[in-house]
Amino acid sequence: MNLSSLTIDTARSAIQERKTTSMAMVESFYEKIEKEDGEIGAFLTLTRERAIEQADRIDRRAAEGKPLPPLGGVPVAVKDVMCTRGVRTTAGSKILGSFIPPYDCTAVARLESAGAVILGKLNCDEFAMGSSNENSAFRPVHNPRDKSRVPGGSSGGSAAAVAADMAVAALGSDTGGSIRQPAAFCGVVGLMPTYGRVSRYGLIAFASSLDHIGPLARTVKDAAIVLRTIAGRDPMDATSAEVPVPDYVAELEKPVRGIRIGVAKEYFGEGLDPEVKKAVEGSIQTLAKLGCEVIPLSLPHSKYAIPTYYLVATAEASSNLARFDGVRYGYRAKSAHTLSQMYRRSRDEGFGAEAKRRIMLGTYALSAGYYDAYYLKAQKVRTLLTRDFEEAFKTVDAIVTPTTPTAAFKLGEKVDDPLAMYLADIYTVTADLAGIPGISIPCGRTRENLPIGLQILGKHFDEATILRVAHAYEKAGVA
Amino acid sequence: MRVTDKDVSYVADLANLELSEDERSRMVRDLNSILDYVDRLSELNTDNVEPMAQVSDRYGVDQAKQGTERFAYALREDILYGLRKSLPHEETLSNAPDPDENFFQVPKVIER
Repeated sequence: MNLSSLTIDTARSAIQERKTTSMAMVESFYEKIEKEDGEIGAFLTLTRERAIEQADRIDRRAAEGKPLPPLGGVPVAVKDVMCTRGVRTTAGSKILGSFIPPYDCTAVARLESAGAVILGKLNCDEFAMGSSNENSAFRPVHNPRDKSRVPGGSSGGSAAAVAADMAVAALGSDTGGSIRQPAAFCGVVGLMPTYGRVSRYGLIAFASSLDHIGPLARTVKDAAIVLRTIAGRDPMDATSAEVPVPDYVAELEKPVRGIRIGVAKEYFGEGLDPEVKKAVEGSIQTLAKLGCEVIPLSLPHSKYAIPTYYLVATAEASSNLARFDGVRYGYRAKSAHTLSQMYRRSRDEGFGAEAKRRIMLGTYALSAGYYDAYYLKAQKVRTLLTRDFEEAFKTVDAIVTPTTPTAAFKLGEKVDDPLAMYLADIYTVTADLAGIPGISIPCGRTRENLPIGLQILGKHFDEATILRVAHAYEKAGVA
Repeated sequence: MRVTDKDVSYVADLANLELSEDERSRMVRDLNSILDYVDRLSELNTDNVEPMAQVSDRYGVDQAKQGTERFAYALREDILYGLRKSLPHEETLSNAPDPDENFFQVPKVIER
């Protein structure tokens, strides 16, 4: 079976038409994972039993000649920050090293209800905190396009699994760029939906006002299919919005002629690698040839996005991670004699360096005497950043930028310099802060043959437009 | 240097972390480097800017309504069992590091 050519539609049709079975497809993927994932490290846990049960259910349906649901029998995988009932869920952390959730994340449950087969749980930076996947407590992930390089993060396992043909599609989460940045580094499609578009019920929280779940896939259409499946109001998540979900797949083929594309000068300045710049500028020309109207604009507060993000995200993280206390679930230190010692040592031994750094920074930013100067200040600048986009979207329908300032960097290159690592997210954090949707699609390669990502940002709840532009670009081919 | 050893100890205490000597000195270095970078926010005058705690307040809600009224769709009747049944006792305790039959156990809280 040629796994690299499978898309959701071709996989599902092959099973529907009995050219193959979901079971055979699942077995082929597991063979591939067993053979190749040792060198990549995308999977933390395989969910064989659950996969076989689902594949069998789908195959019997196909054998009876009944129509399969949209993802019927299609092998996918999910980032290990999403709870799966009865299956270990670690968030890439030692502190949850043996945590078995008693319920399913809504997004995962919706995928399975639509027929998807979950192959396993994917490696990620601890609590989704990182831009290289080197913060996983278990092992780093290697970029399948060049194994000496990082796959990006924090959804590094999700991007690597899709890039290495170890899953047809995957779910990731994005708080500061964690879907789009690894998608760019691994040369796949990654979509962060609007804040509130997809339920986060069962997503292990990092920064609640910024966390999003979204798909990584090989094609824009596959990303649209997954989004259509997982989107929509969920009574279990009060932040999931009651906004109608359009048929993203049907919208894909609408013409892009006349769509107004903004190009913000702040995303093309200092720090942008010339090869990335050239590829993205080429893509903008392609979009112009397709009939889009290209409009230069400014998002003046962009340079304040990283400091704003690292105050808001860490403050929320310090609060969210307070729940890990060694009492109800998770790791407990053995040596403690008092309750307070038990809390401290469990957290000390259970959390990795980056999680501790962010807990400390967030606690500092929220502490008496610093709250106004740091946390409140960041919340106010968040308003300014959001207004930049609101202003821009009065005159354009989408904004095109590079996804990352450089292509994938080497493993170990930035581990000793947290600030340099944070700057890998410089073009992605703005969308998380404003809550707008963004997609990264491949738009070429560097001379070293590393993938380059094109980011398309859209208006709130207007994923349809950015998917449509991305789809048109993908069809036109990389110039 | 804005963050000292003493600050790190104080904040670690608030965050329920112990941190080794090595971790503490590294933390002083890292927090100072990050906070120096964060300093650029002070260039901006934000005196008349409303803070933004979340996105949901601006989008996907009825803009004509104010405050909690905007989130009326997220409200529901107060019902006995909520949206999901409570987890069975056994399942609730199954992830606990040190449960007995009925409770989560912790080291003693009060020293005699």
